[in-house]
Amino acid sequence: MKRFDAIKRIVESLSNELIICNIGAPSRELYNIKDRAENFYMLGSMGLASSIAFGLALSRPKNKVWCIDGDGSLLMNLGSLSTIANNQPKNLTLIVIDNGSYGSTGNQRTYTSKKTKLETIAKGAGFESITVINNEEDIIPILKGLKIGCHFIKINTLPGNAQVENIPLKPEEIKNRFIDSISR
Amino acid sequence: MSIDLKLYDAIKDSGINLILSLPCIMLKGLLQLIEEKNEIQHIPITREEEGVGIAAGAYLGGKTPAILMQNSGLGNSVNAIKSLLQLFKIPVIFIMSHRGAEGEKILAQIPMGQLTPDLLDLLKIEKFIIDSKEKIKIIKNTVEQSKSSEISAGILLKKTLWGVR
Repeated sequence: MKRFDAIKRIVESLSNELIICNIGAPSRELYNIKDRAENFYMLGSMGLASSIAFGLALSRPKNKVWCIDGDGSLLMNLGSLSTIANNQPKNLTLIVIDNGSYGSTGNQRTYTSKKTKLETIAKGAGFESITVINNEEDIIPILKGLKIGCHFIKINTLPGNAQVENIPLKPEEIKNRFIDSISR
Repeated sequence: MSIDLKLYDAIKDSGINLILSLPCIMLKGLLQLIEEKNEIQHIPITREEEGVGIAAGAYLGGKTPAILMQNSGLGNSVNAIKSLLQLFKIPVIFIMSHRGAEGEKILAQIPMGQLTPDLLDLLKIEKFIIDSKEKIKIIKNTVEQSKSSEISAGILLKKTLWGVR
């Protein structure tokens, strides 16, 4: 399973969740699998996916928020795990696709390919619901079975990006249709 | 009425309804009021850049967020200010204690303190200075203007506001 396969299964698990998606290849892959107004594609600010998703979850307690983050990105913003776990929004699921590499920049290895275990860091930060997924076929039943709460889910995948097109949307277009989709 | 209470009331009246904070000794009284009164949602953060992300998400969801921090945190937030807030036109209010300026006794605060006003200009963040209690009332206009222009604003709280501590 590569990141693209994992995102496909995530998309197949969706009902009406709002998605904040990590910068670069993950956003491009999500766009090409299924573009929707409820997807917010980060175009910059690497590391902040989980923070944006947390802020959104805080402000929209009636919406479910899923964050698609990556290992390299989360390693840049580990403090975010403490902030999220201590405030525990009941509507946030942090999905970390861990391919042990900086995929968008040429698959240089991250430390999760060596000794670092993000699920252990999440536990230490205070997350109470932590799931590690190794098999593609487990993604849909686990995501569809999520109860109300604040969840940390790590999906282990192989490195590698799908050959997909760039996102043609302008930043303001992404923002405006996202905001409209929430207030609809 | 104390300066901290005046600041608190101005922040509340401006419509700011989410505060993301990292502490500074100059902000001690204000942070205490925010906690005690428990009227404005308050989330302590671990790094200022993280606060920029949280603020952006909260804005998308309809909140009016502010980041309360020491000016040193502006340096920690530069990339997120450009490639998140300005790229997407997401306005956030930065309320900063201005360390390293007039009356500063800690040497390490001075380099960033001196850079801060110029850095705000470079970042194209609208800059407002509050150095006396009469100026506290600019907070309301600053927030309104920032929301309608979709441009972030930086409010610098000077030591003279409290008298030198």
